[in-house]
Amino acid sequence: GPAMDLFGDLRRMNKRQLYYQVLNFAMIVSSALMIWKGLIVITGSESPIVVVLSGSMEPAFHRGDLLFLTNFHDDPIRAGEIVVFKLEGRDIPIVHRVIKIHEKENGNIKFLTKGDNNEVDDRGLYKEGQNWLEKKDVVGRARGFLPYVGMVTIIMNDYPKFKYALLAVMGAYVLLKRES
Amino acid sequence: RKNLEDFSGPKDRSDFGFIIFDITADILNGKNYFVFDWNVKQLFLFLTAEYSTKNNALNQVVLWDKIMLRGDNPRLFLKDMKTKYYFFDDGNGLKGNKNITLTLSWNVVPNAGILPLVTGSGHVSVPFPDVYEISKNY
Repeated sequence: GPAMDLFGDLRRMNKRQLYYQVLNFAMIVSSALMIWKGLIVITGSESPIVVVLSGSMEPAFHRGDLLFLTNFHDDPIRAGEIVVFKLEGRDIPIVHRVIKIHEKENGNIKFLTKGDNNEVDDRGLYKEGQNWLEKKDVVGRARGFLPYVGMVTIIMNDYPKFKYALLAVMGAYVLLKRES
Repeated sequence: RKNLEDFSGPKDRSDFGFIIFDITADILNGKNYFVFDWNVKQLFLFLTAEYSTKNNALNQVVLWDKIMLRGDNPRLFLKDMKTKYYFFDDGNGLKGNKNITLTLSWNVVPNAGILPLVTGSGHVSVPFPDVYEISKNY
């Protein structure tokens, strides 16, 4: 049957074919990384695509939605914009809305954020003694969104077995597929 | 308008503005387009106060917001609304400020796609008095 055919395939594959398949795999990974780096350059954001992790922006965004960001240096931060920011020392990006800005003549800006679904603003989230966010805290501005698509990342995070199974299947497919 | 201690923020005393407003808006039809088309899930409406002070060239404070879902009544007739959020300035720039501009804007949230931010065509200028108000009981 098919299982015996697969085993036969594996035995017949000589070293040269194995190296070829590995190189193929490496090329796919490199291309993916290049596309990602390209996106980082084009959008100006260190993280051009983020997954919404909490319900603090409902009903607009739900956990698992995907957001597309830009972070152009000359884009001014204005009230009402949805920004993704990171707090000093923390890795997790937060997606909330800008509700207050105070901008000086020289462009120096300080601003306050709040999740649409939260009762209070984000001052409680900021560092001890920190009352405002600055441009340097911003990862990007949300420009577009796709619902549900990011759920895959969340599932992989919460269920690592699923992640390994997925990687194993992908790896097996790429290594074993024949080029005609 | 008073000068109060803002317990939630910076330690110095800042100007605190108190505004009561009416909103009459028809969000349904834009100039050339229909705002609530098939791809619009909801609108996030917000009222912004924009002004300049000695301290800061540009200040924007969101005073009020509302979520309008597809299917909700797109015409707003709101009267005597109190601001949802505290209107604190960064400093004392509200006293005697003759030009606080209130505008209504909205963030279009699609079912999928781009997230535009649109500002409505009407706006109102509000001047603040030159003196602080003595304490009142609210």
